[in-house]
Amino acid sequence: MTWSEMQPLLSQACWDTLYMVGWSTVIAVVAGLPLGLLLVLTDRGGLLQNVVANKLLGQVVNVARSMPFIILMVALMSFTRWVTGNTIGREAAIVPLAIGAIPFFARLVETAVREVDGGLVEAVQSMGGNTWTVVRKVLVPESLPSLISNTTTTIVTLIGYSAMAGTVGAGGLGDIAIRYGYQRFDTQLMWITVAILAVVISVIQFIGDFAARSLHRRGGGRSGPAPRLRLLKDRKQKTADVSKAA
Amino acid sequence: MLVVCVLCVECAPSRGPLHHLSLAPRSESPLTSASAPVPLAPAAEPLPARTFLPRHRHPGENRAAFWLYPTMNAVPGARSRRALDSDGNPHVITTSGLTKVYRSRGREVTALDGVDLHVREGEVYGVIGQSGAGKSSLIRCVNLLERPTSGTVTVAGQDLTALAGRGPRAGKELRRARSRIGMVFQHFNLLSSRTVRDNVELPLEILGLSGKERSRRALELLDLVGLADKAGAYPAQLSGGQKQRVGIARSLAGDPKVLLSDEATSALDPDTTRSILQLLRDLNRTLGLTVLLITHEMDVVKSICDSAALMEKGRIVESGTVGELLATPGSELAAALFPVGGDASGPDRTVIDVTFQGEAATQPVISQLSRTYNIDISILGAALDTVGGLQVGRMRIELPGRYEDNVVPIGFLREQGLQIDVAGPKASLVKDGAK
Repeated sequence: MTWSEMQPLLSQACWDTLYMVGWSTVIAVVAGLPLGLLLVLTDRGGLLQNVVANKLLGQVVNVARSMPFIILMVALMSFTRWVTGNTIGREAAIVPLAIGAIPFFARLVETAVREVDGGLVEAVQSMGGNTWTVVRKVLVPESLPSLISNTTTTIVTLIGYSAMAGTVGAGGLGDIAIRYGYQRFDTQLMWITVAILAVVISVIQFIGDFAARSLHRRGGGRSGPAPRLRLLKDRKQKTADVSKAA
Repeated sequence: MLVVCVLCVECAPSRGPLHHLSLAPRSESPLTSASAPVPLAPAAEPLPARTFLPRHRHPGENRAAFWLYPTMNAVPGARSRRALDSDGNPHVITTSGLTKVYRSRGREVTALDGVDLHVREGEVYGVIGQSGAGKSSLIRCVNLLERPTSGTVTVAGQDLTALAGRGPRAGKELRRARSRIGMVFQHFNLLSSRTVRDNVELPLEILGLSGKERSRRALELLDLVGLADKAGAYPAQLSGGQKQRVGIARSLAGDPKVLLSDEATSALDPDTTRSILQLLRDLNRTLGLTVLLITHEMDVVKSICDSAALMEKGRIVESGTVGELLATPGSELAAALFPVGGDASGPDRTVIDVTFQGEAATQPVISQLSRTYNIDISILGAALDTVGGLQVGRMRIELPGRYEDNVVPIGFLREQGLQIDVAGPKASLVKDGAK
């Protein structure tokens, strides 16, 4: 296949991927954020403590997360038809993508929100703030850098999922790689697709990291190397200390 | 600040053993020095006329003289004025029978065990105790961040426990009441995602003020705590002391009558602690703010509290104004607040602690003792105060000779109505011997 043949194919696939991932990310964030917050708030000792609701939500999230995406997609077909009026195509793929990503993102939100210092919640309560104020003024803004990182992770995961969306005729880069690269033995096209995917993911990761870090630096002030790097450094220092002592 | 002369036995007869010598100027507070536009009173407030002798110096005064804690004596008139202010209900914060039991996994832990606390209007009240004594639970029960298991909390005439209702969530009424109670935290609890000014604006946002009003008020408050120039900074860019100042500014946003301080200085170094305490003291004076603070540091109580309570195992063991505490024999708090140091200068010496209270303190007993028995008395240390016209305090004196030789002089002091404790390592030996 020549480049002039490949080019429209690839640009269409790119567009399809971004379209599906874009919309499903929006839906996952819009639905996953409140779900994640509820997971924290209803937990024992939370502001809206409700153990039954918490267990129930947790279970729903767990079940949804344990489902392999390709099975989820098939299982949701009737629901997809009800929502979009179709079970194939880009729009139809958005439904299972979003539903697969909601619990994923919710868990990430939960972890991020739990990291927020309980003292801040107490401070706002002592000022006379209600639960909504706590969510709006403390939990979300204080965990924003983490939330942004988590959104990035979700987008990258969704790009991975979207490869399987080809099975319902949704198109996209993954679909090209399977149909042309694998089924038609067009290795060249496959590698180009892989390269494009790598670039797309790198760019998204870079933007996400940059946004999270700039927010973090502004607020938390703990700029500098990532925790993992710091750990390595510490260990090196420790061994240096040990050898010195020896 | 008062200086108590304890060395001049020779001039004591006319004035009593304790005479106050001077009113040294209070060190300029960071509050007054930093904030020009906001009119603040502390510097302007005229010091009350005092009847004490003008300052005179004695050799060795610096060593022997005690710099007393400013709060106990600086404005004697203030205390009586407060009492008049009271209108029959002098207490701004009252807890009665406050109990808090934590239940976890079938185990019950009693954090508060029937606490009755009475904080007068306009005073700085310190609750001191070790970790686990229940101080934190107590202060968090005052604004109902923690629901008491039983008992009532009344703040500024409002029964908060009644407002709280049954449910676990804070209703509108309780939230409104909370907004009028300021709270300062040990770890500052500032939002890292907001600038200093936005942090101070947060309570105002909750109160529903307009944007213009909020920023005007926030800048005013930052000015009050001396941080007007840091309005645009993020908390991460501030030092601990500055963060706590922001915390204090924020706590004042709702124009509270009462400020709760939850170990506000425990995370700060000594110098910063002093300046933060000074700030709290100034706010207490200028705004008439009642401050309830909990701490595990005696120094905090010493330097700013009018009254104090000692907590142990969820109960208040001792409480009262600093004067009252001292006047109570055997008070642990008083012993910690008025420590009299100094060891015997030789083996054949008797060291005794004399506690002055009430009428006895007006008699020049030390010089009488010296003249009557013709003995030389050394004063090792003293901590004295005048509260409501009564002199109270402790003095550690050394008499020549062993305890056996000094039974008569000690008896003389006891006859004068003074409380005498024989101190030092010999005391126990003596007591054992007596048995």
